[in-house]
Amino acid sequence: MMQTTLLLRVVQADLLAPTLRRLVLEAADGAHLPPAAPGAHITLTLPVAAHGKPIRNSYSLVAATGQHYELIVRRAQRSRGGSHYVHDQLAPGAVIEATVPHNLFPLATQARKHLLIAGGIGITPMLSFLSALRARNARVELHQLAAADEVGVFEGLLGLRAGDGLHVHQGRAALDLADLLARQPLGTHVYTCGPASLMDAVQDQARALGWPATHVHREDFGAAGGEPFTLRLSRSGQEIAVDGEETMLEALERAGVDARSLCRGGACGECMLPVVEGTPDHRDHFLSDAEKASGLLVMPCVSRAQCATLVLDL
Amino acid sequence: MTTAFKTDETFRDEFRYANSDAAILRFPLPFPEDAYMYSVNIEPHFASGATNVFHTAFDVDEHYVSECRERALVLAQDPNRCIVLPHMAQAQWDTLELLMESLARDYPQHFSLDRDGDRWTWQNRPLGIHDTFTFGDTSTLPYAPFEYITRQAQGDFTLQDQRENTLYLDGGIATTQADWSVEFNVGMTFHEWHGPVPLAHEMGIFDRALQYLMRVRYGHPGRRLNWTMTVNPRLDTSPENYPAWGPDRTTLTPENIGDRLHLRVELQSFYRLPRSNALLFGIRAYLASINELARVPKWGRRLHRVLRDLPPELIAYKGMTRFHAMAVEHLAQFDDGASTAPGIGADIDHLPG
Repeated sequence: MMQTTLLLRVVQADLLAPTLRRLVLEAADGAHLPPAAPGAHITLTLPVAAHGKPIRNSYSLVAATGQHYELIVRRAQRSRGGSHYVHDQLAPGAVIEATVPHNLFPLATQARKHLLIAGGIGITPMLSFLSALRARNARVELHQLAAADEVGVFEGLLGLRAGDGLHVHQGRAALDLADLLARQPLGTHVYTCGPASLMDAVQDQARALGWPATHVHREDFGAAGGEPFTLRLSRSGQEIAVDGEETMLEALERAGVDARSLCRGGACGECMLPVVEGTPDHRDHFLSDAEKASGLLVMPCVSRAQCATLVLDL
Repeated sequence: MTTAFKTDETFRDEFRYANSDAAILRFPLPFPEDAYMYSVNIEPHFASGATNVFHTAFDVDEHYVSECRERALVLAQDPNRCIVLPHMAQAQWDTLELLMESLARDYPQHFSLDRDGDRWTWQNRPLGIHDTFTFGDTSTLPYAPFEYITRQAQGDFTLQDQRENTLYLDGGIATTQADWSVEFNVGMTFHEWHGPVPLAHEMGIFDRALQYLMRVRYGHPGRRLNWTMTVNPRLDTSPENYPAWGPDRTTLTPENIGDRLHLRVELQSFYRLPRSNALLFGIRAYLASINELARVPKWGRRLHRVLRDLPPELIAYKGMTRFHAMAVEHLAQFDDGASTAPGIGADIDHLPG
């Protein structure tokens, strides 16, 4: 009935910086691509040979027209191989499978002003926000944090002009978050994307200043790995090792367990599983604080374990 | 599928409306078993299901031409049946694209869409429409895009903006509704506009339904069936039109109830819209008299049992208090006590008799 997966051909691939690669993609059959809202992402299926089975990575759409999707992918230091595949193997002409766009980071329709705060590669959804907000003449202010050697790259991507409310800061210390959030007019919505520590700081600071929680938005992709641990399935007795660089959900899938999932980013709730024993390390934004504290449920797409063995009711 | 359109039906005044045998057999009965209670009965809306009503994104049936004419009549009398708030402008174009793409794909014999960049040409053969317009430029269409395309579809539609962890009904068109009003509900949250429904709030139905709906993804629509009963095949049972249909309930007699009392089923569908991130609800009404439905033996038995055992709160909420006993008595003749197979399908290919 409706399309749910796409075959995309790489039309252009260029290096913006040693670790940043931009991909321009088109529909392999030449059809027009489904439209996408600012903030939407697609999930690529990457046939990484060393991994045994394809890796699925989600990337924000920097731009989406009927003809092209544009992504920027950072070569991850701790990688399961997905971003290395994008950097090393995906050349113009290559065809990959992707999901249709999905949006977990929408712009608020009622915001009086949009404040965008990004760190590093967190710039990607902000680029789609900027085009959309400029097209509607919305009030916008952006602060991009960058490592010293990438300041120029980000300035170029943003197309900085004097007085346009866009700022690139070298290093975290260069931005006074408390001051920035304190001087925003009522009705401002803040959006943050980047390292978890940055997003936590934005969220905590906004809360401390009395911002309504509904005015603070964050994008959580690829919550990174951690210590290896073991999963035990209480019904089947099966034991599955989760290594440090894969998620619990991926380990379940690898073991052939029929696990449900949707966003694979700790936001949608689809993959929720009941915990029988052990203490989860919750990294999702779906469960309430009370649910997390109870330790009875876990979102295997992003969360891990604070113990050697986590027992699931499966 | 070839559909012969019934072009001279009327849903008011003298009422000229009937279902063909094929239309009865494909009727989306909302009762998978012999008893009814609320549940979060939402499922994925893909091209399959017990009736071929489910096999297309937006079903076009034999009543299409007449229903579109009825919609135009209601809008001429009462333009406020279609209201879309200004921040839903992009959702209007999303709706137009979804409906045009779906109708042209599912019914190529009736509809076609040619896209040349932003220059789109739309043909609707049953209604004799052939328009070329610029996608994104409202001035190139005779109506705003949402009204333009929903005037060419059966059923009502609402547009929900998703923000602050809920859905806001920020636009809609309703001319075939079961006693609710766009003009009254516009701007309300999901829990506000469902406020009048009994029992379901306490059961947590709306909390869970809202969680599901907020996660509906582009390309993965959902659907559910809802129902009530309507006297006469009247599509416009709105609060605005109450003076016209309210008295209908007093006209039922044991002799005419089988032909005049209609089961009104809503096929509700839920679509995430790609540019606006809004959620589109389709609320499509199907009408069949209880005598038409009882021609399917399984359904005659089941209708009798469902109505007979309905909780009093639901009898009152669905406006059936005055005629409930009479309807149950009429339907008793179709119930021989035999068991019924689970599921909503008619389970037969031809109507007996």
